[in-house]
Amino acid sequence: MSEVDTTTNAGQLLAAASGGRRRLGDRVFSRTAVVAAVTILALLAGVAIFLVAEGFPAFTAGASELPEGKSFIDYAAPLAFGTILASLIAALVAVPLAVGVALFITHIAPQRLALTLGYLVDLLAAIPSIVYGLWGIFVLGPAAVPVLKWLEEKLGWIPIFEGPASATGRTMLVAGLVLAVMILPIVSAVAREVFAQTPRKLMEGAQALGATRWEMIRMTVLPFGRSSVISGAMLGLGRALGETMAVTIILSVSGAVTFNLISQANPSTIAANIALNFPESSGLAINALIATGLVLFAITLVTNMAARAVIARQNHE
Amino acid sequence: MESATLTRPTTLLSGGLGWRRRAVNITMTVLITAAFVLALIPLISLVFEVAKRGIPGLSLEFFTDDARGQIGGGGGASHAIVGTLVITAVASVISVPIGIMAAIYLNEYGEGRLRRALTFFVDVMTGIPSIVAGLFAYALFELFLGPGIRLGVMGSVALSVLMIPIVIRSAEEVLKIVPNHLREAAYALGTPKWKTITKVVLPTAFAGLVTGVMIAVARIVGETAPLLVTTGVVDSMNTDPFNGRMQNLAVYAYNEYRSPGVFKQAAYDKAWAAALTLIAIVMLLNVAARLVYRRYKTEIR
Amino acid sequence: MTSSKWFVVLSAMIVLAIAVAACGSSSDETSGGSGGGSVSGEIAGAGSTAQQAAQEAWIAEFENENSGVTISYDPVGSGGGREQFIAGGVAYAGSDAALSPEEGELEKAEKRCKAGQLIEVPNYISPIAIIYNLPGVEDLQLDPETLAKIFNQEITSWNDKAIAADNPGAELPDTRITPVNRSDESGTTENFTEYLSEVVPSVWSYEVSGDWPVKGGEAASGTSGVVEAVAAGEGAIGYADASQAGELGIAKVKVGSEYAEPTPEAAAKVLEESPLDKELSPGKYTIAYKLDRKTESEGTYPIVLTSYLIACTKYDSADEAAAVKAYAEYVISPEGQELAAEQAGSAPLSSALTAKVTPAIEAIEAG
Repeated sequence: MSEVDTTTNAGQLLAAASGGRRRLGDRVFSRTAVVAAVTILALLAGVAIFLVAEGFPAFTAGASELPEGKSFIDYAAPLAFGTILASLIAALVAVPLAVGVALFITHIAPQRLALTLGYLVDLLAAIPSIVYGLWGIFVLGPAAVPVLKWLEEKLGWIPIFEGPASATGRTMLVAGLVLAVMILPIVSAVAREVFAQTPRKLMEGAQALGATRWEMIRMTVLPFGRSSVISGAMLGLGRALGETMAVTIILSVSGAVTFNLISQANPSTIAANIALNFPESSGLAINALIATGLVLFAITLVTNMAARAVIARQNHE
Repeated sequence: MESATLTRPTTLLSGGLGWRRRAVNITMTVLITAAFVLALIPLISLVFEVAKRGIPGLSLEFFTDDARGQIGGGGGASHAIVGTLVITAVASVISVPIGIMAAIYLNEYGEGRLRRALTFFVDVMTGIPSIVAGLFAYALFELFLGPGIRLGVMGSVALSVLMIPIVIRSAEEVLKIVPNHLREAAYALGTPKWKTITKVVLPTAFAGLVTGVMIAVARIVGETAPLLVTTGVVDSMNTDPFNGRMQNLAVYAYNEYRSPGVFKQAAYDKAWAAALTLIAIVMLLNVAARLVYRRYKTEIR
Repeated sequence: MTSSKWFVVLSAMIVLAIAVAACGSSSDETSGGSGGGSVSGEIAGAGSTAQQAAQEAWIAEFENENSGVTISYDPVGSGGGREQFIAGGVAYAGSDAALSPEEGELEKAEKRCKAGQLIEVPNYISPIAIIYNLPGVEDLQLDPETLAKIFNQEITSWNDKAIAADNPGAELPDTRITPVNRSDESGTTENFTEYLSEVVPSVWSYEVSGDWPVKGGEAASGTSGVVEAVAAGEGAIGYADASQAGELGIAKVKVGSEYAEPTPEAAAKVLEESPLDKELSPGKYTIAYKLDRKTESEGTYPIVLTSYLIACTKYDSADEAAAVKAYAEYVISPEGQELAAEQAGSAPLSSALTAKVTPAIEAIEAG
């Protein structure tokens, strides 16, 4: 970002006039900004150090000492798989929905209602995660049971619907759907803000050329907001990857790695596994749990790096 | 940034509004509307369920009494309500200034290694499981204050770890959209950079910043797992975050659900009532934010 | 201009919080108890979630009678409670499993009590019920072998011959059995699997632990989770604290030649007939039991959870010692046990057991 352009006469005059005050104000402000940035890095470094220090003993321990008598990789792999599977379902459902919701609010709904509608969707973010968990087991699960049965009957030849369908509905599919509802407000809020700021001249230009509303959206709003939507999706994905309480309550965790989405035998997620086992654990088991937290850290890192790479490539087009 | 370009203008000019384009337009409009309706369904279901199950648990006692000395399904949640407000307020006081300043750094000042490192690590921070944030806060305070320590402010620190990346990310997105020509106009008038930021960029982005902060607050106000290991459980009122255990609505609700004792229905009622109160608190904060938003929303021309 | 708006918004939030807090804190005076007991100060305990409801009731009543004291109990789980006790972070702990010599836990706890002695006594006994959801089948009866086969998924359908043999005359549908277990590590699981592995080792050959060993069943978090899962799934069967069963059907389990119900009395009787576990009770005041799961006497129900209270005879502060002693005395007293039975559905300690346990609590040096 540029400083005052001192190549013009006016610029030189103004720069000279406000010289002293500018330098102090700028110095203080920019220093504060840097301090904020460094503090956050320090905080993050603290969390990383904590995870590594507490998790390290689990990496070096032999299989016999670790919980379930497996090597660390055998212990953590199903958890990583479950985490990614649940979050993937959540993202695949939530992101298109969120984009749709944002487009509806910014371009289709009457302007006066837009704020209220946005507020309604944001209400989803206000609901505590335990309530999502309880809603999952009391409402969505039982409602899903007949659907799961139908899926097993009609589409059971597809591995993800292999069944046998759970009698309570507490499956990976339902957990993924609940996560999708949880992250929807985050993604849609970011999308909404950015769609609303699409420059008028771009949109009017498209309309002047005779575009229909959808074509205008496709040609101006979506490309303009694409990288922000991806950022919002990453925020939502991060939330889904780390969600603890809702998954702990909903998911029937009793299986190993499987793509079967409708049965009662599901792999756990890393966060839910920590929540389920931490209270009763002691010693090396705790180290193992925290080491899985480190694995989750790594997963989040990789997905975010991939997203940033995609965004960077977009911006160069 | 405004890097979008118009694509394929010739099709529009040469085509004319054929039935196919109209059909696509209508289809997409219907789909988009359907997406919105679909998103509303779980919302309605959730709010309905919480209201249905929570209203029986509400009473004057719920709001004015704490649970000290209460047996057999009596008692209230005033200590939990106050606890939630205090813990959330302290977490916000920690997270919002730091988060927004860091977003300003990233967007207005940042360059080189510090910027890249910060971006990278904020990305990572978005995925920290809430319980790990709690364990970290506990370990941090245990280092200085000994084992078994439980304080309200520990909960706030744990929640800040979860809030900060959301505040930074959404603030960054919103600051990015503020057009450069506004900044350049300010510089051309000789405005110092810091004044440009505080008087031009921030006001323009204000509405979006408020939304981002609201989302972050909503995210943490219902968190249970990190608070279970940091703030402890207590049935008496405590308003001092730096001294002793503090109860809060999320942990209170979870406890009532998990260990209802013999008077199961009364406990479940209280759990749902606590959840309902939580939602109401966030709604009220949202309304306050929206009022602020309305007054200061500036459109970018 | 904008920075001041920020301050306005932020300070409004803070002021709001403080205002509510100020209004709220006045309720302190109205809700305190009338009791003018001599104990004062603050003590903290932590541990078993099974004891949570009982601890809440005990704390409430005790605070009513001693308005100067504040007690808190963090239901972080038995493992967490023991760890915190050993680290000196809490004054007392509740644990579903007695301190074990493995990994030197017992030793470390004894060290924590420094000059004093370690106290470990049973303070909470609760029967574990086999709950099921099978419309049309009222009084389900199961013998241990069938029970084990159901839970290790050898028997998969309700109309299996083994179940019919235990329930002559009942009309059993061919619904699939959904066995529900705990997804979190739990003392309830440990006690149930201990029962199965001792009574029918040929069928149940898994190692006893707080983690459910069989994969593929329906897993739920917490007692409430298991109860809700059984209630939601037709054909589901699970194990949970008897006091939480609610409207669900409770199966009778064969003990000896009779089918027994999970009543508090039957549970307490098992403890009476069980010997002390010598390995886990090395000290004068550590009283840990090796439950006799194979008992066949009439009126017993061997699927029982025993939870312990862990404390020290000496504490650094006299106030702390006095508070812990008074509280523990209340917990094991007949009134305290009755209160827990009423509020949490546990089995009160029998008078014989109370007599055994009292000297340990009286040994706490207060004053």
